Amino acid sequence: MLNMLLSQVLDLMTPVLLAAMAGALCERAGVFNIALEGKMLVGAFVAVATSVAFGSPVLAVLSAVLCTAIFASPLALGGARLGGDPIVIGIGLNLLASGLTTYLLGAIFGVTGTLVDPAVTALPRFGVAALADVPVVGAILGHNVLVYLSWLLVLVFNIYLFRTPWGLRLRGIGEVPSAAAAMGANVSRYQTAIVVLAGGLCGLAGAQLALGSVALFAENMTAGRGWIAVVAVMLGRAHPLGIALACLGFGLADAVGLRLQGQGLPNQITDIAPYAITLLAMIGLGLRGMKKKMKSV
Amino acid sequence: MIAVAFDAKSRLAAILFSIAAAVVLGGLVVGLTGANPISVYLEIAKGAVLGRGLDETLARSVPLVGMALAAAIALRAGLVNLGGDGQMLIGGLAAALVALYLPVPGAARAVLALAAAICAGGLYAWLAAILQLSLGIPFLIASLLFSYIARGLTSYLVRYPLRDPATGMPETYRVASGARLPAHILDLPVSMAMVIMTLVAVVIVVNDRSGVNGFEWRMTGLNARFAQYSGVDLSRQTQRVAFLSGALAGLVGALLILGQQYRFTDGALLAPGYTWSGLMAAVLAMASPIATIVTSVFFAALQVGGFSMERALGLPAVLTWVLQALIILCLAARPILFRKR
Repeated sequence: MLNMLLSQVLDLMTPVLLAAMAGALCERAGVFNIALEGKMLVGAFVAVATSVAFGSPVLAVLSAVLCTAIFASPLALGGARLGGDPIVIGIGLNLLASGLTTYLLGAIFGVTGTLVDPAVTALPRFGVAALADVPVVGAILGHNVLVYLSWLLVLVFNIYLFRTPWGLRLRGIGEVPSAAAAMGANVSRYQTAIVVLAGGLCGLAGAQLALGSVALFAENMTAGRGWIAVVAVMLGRAHPLGIALACLGFGLADAVGLRLQGQGLPNQITDIAPYAITLLAMIGLGLRGMKKKMKSV
Repeated sequence: MIAVAFDAKSRLAAILFSIAAAVVLGGLVVGLTGANPISVYLEIAKGAVLGRGLDETLARSVPLVGMALAAAIALRAGLVNLGGDGQMLIGGLAAALVALYLPVPGAARAVLALAAAICAGGLYAWLAAILQLSLGIPFLIASLLFSYIARGLTSYLVRYPLRDPATGMPETYRVASGARLPAHILDLPVSMAMVIMTLVAVVIVVNDRSGVNGFEWRMTGLNARFAQYSGVDLSRQTQRVAFLSGALAGLVGALLILGQQYRFTDGALLAPGYTWSGLMAAVLAMASPIATIVTSVFFAALQVGGFSMERALGLPAVLTWVLQALIILCLAARPILFRKR
């Protein structure tokens, strides 16, 4: 029972965690990325569309990463390189993603709403039957490769940001771009690369959303998860470990909501849970910050 | 930030450039899915103005202009209001509740319903502004999260406690005919909602051009620190602008309920995407109120044309949504293209 809940939490948090890592890298590089929602949606669509065409989950994930990285390029070019407003570009990308996926769903597949196809299969899970009932261990085993990859990325980014010269340079670019430029760092090249990389990560997030627990694409199936990822970046102060913790909290809220729904609570109420909890967490953090400020005065 | 001070001529050039570029890019998308872009655009243009197209465009303009102006007044003062959906829902629900359950005579009920919607929508946005001012939670994020909460909450209320069990749909009872807004005034093809929205638009334009408020908002949007130095109380202004933006969104919800749908149906207010189209229209107009009215009527025509194109050619009407987003993206890339010269 507890194992099932924990396992579900880990599944549910993964898309948000991957997208939030993308958001954190952009934040550290000084690009406010609110296009996570749209990029995730594109990733999910491409993953399912590729599955329909080729029936290969590996190809589906790869093409989701590639296409979403390309989709992110307006933000990379416009926002990082040419000085356009990242908020406007972010809003534009989100709406473009929503419109484009719905349009292509109709124009290519002749479908409105949800695309299900026998060729679309969920990503394989790595389970060890003998250990499935061992507490905690059983819940940690039995996920697909993207779940473990997201944990690995948390560690890698943590080391990258705080233990390597490249990470230091990136943080410098985000905090004081003029100083970083004076030290010889190519600010816009760094930012462009990071935004494109973040696009790829959002592609992974979308692939996990579409091919993780379910194997389908539904119009606007991200349903605000990209925005929760944006909030997770704020809650975790753009620190990979903090973000992972925030995403764990989100996954827990989502999983408990689903449970309560099973108990007969209307799903309209449980649907609110992740957003309400995210908001409450931000309020809590804000209150704590205020107290600290008062003490220091 | 977004309300960049361009002179009118270069602003017009920028808008036209963005539209032209988006039409080319959209044509590529259409072409890649195996349809003929020229016939698609021809159908959209015909559908927007021919036959019943003009009437439909006009009707669709009312909520769209409202949501676009709601976004524009916030943008003008440097606030990005992504919570229009939530404010519209809360306003629409308040209007429906008053119109359904307040025991006063018909016309007074309609007036009170509008007032309730304005207050409810405004307060809902004000709450997000308070979070930004007191706790540093960005208004953009707070207003959006509130939107999701409003969506779940209204959906629940309409499905359970407020539901009209006689219909198979998740919706409230019908508003009595006395409390509705007339669809035709003196048998003219002009609805009460159009009249109200026109008045609101005039007030906003006049305030922006010659009101002290309008000037202070614009100044804040251009340079908040300078505005503060010149004596603008930023906190009070942010609260006021957020309230007005939300109030307008709430009013749009009420106009749709009392003038068109006559009951609160789950999902019906949000389905046409007025908030986001309006936001795009406001961004395209660089938050100038007059330009915002023009761009949102243009977007309304585009959408009506899209539906007609879908009926004629069978391609999804959501293509017009793609075009709107492409226009915004081209616009966002534009300052750079022009600066390089």
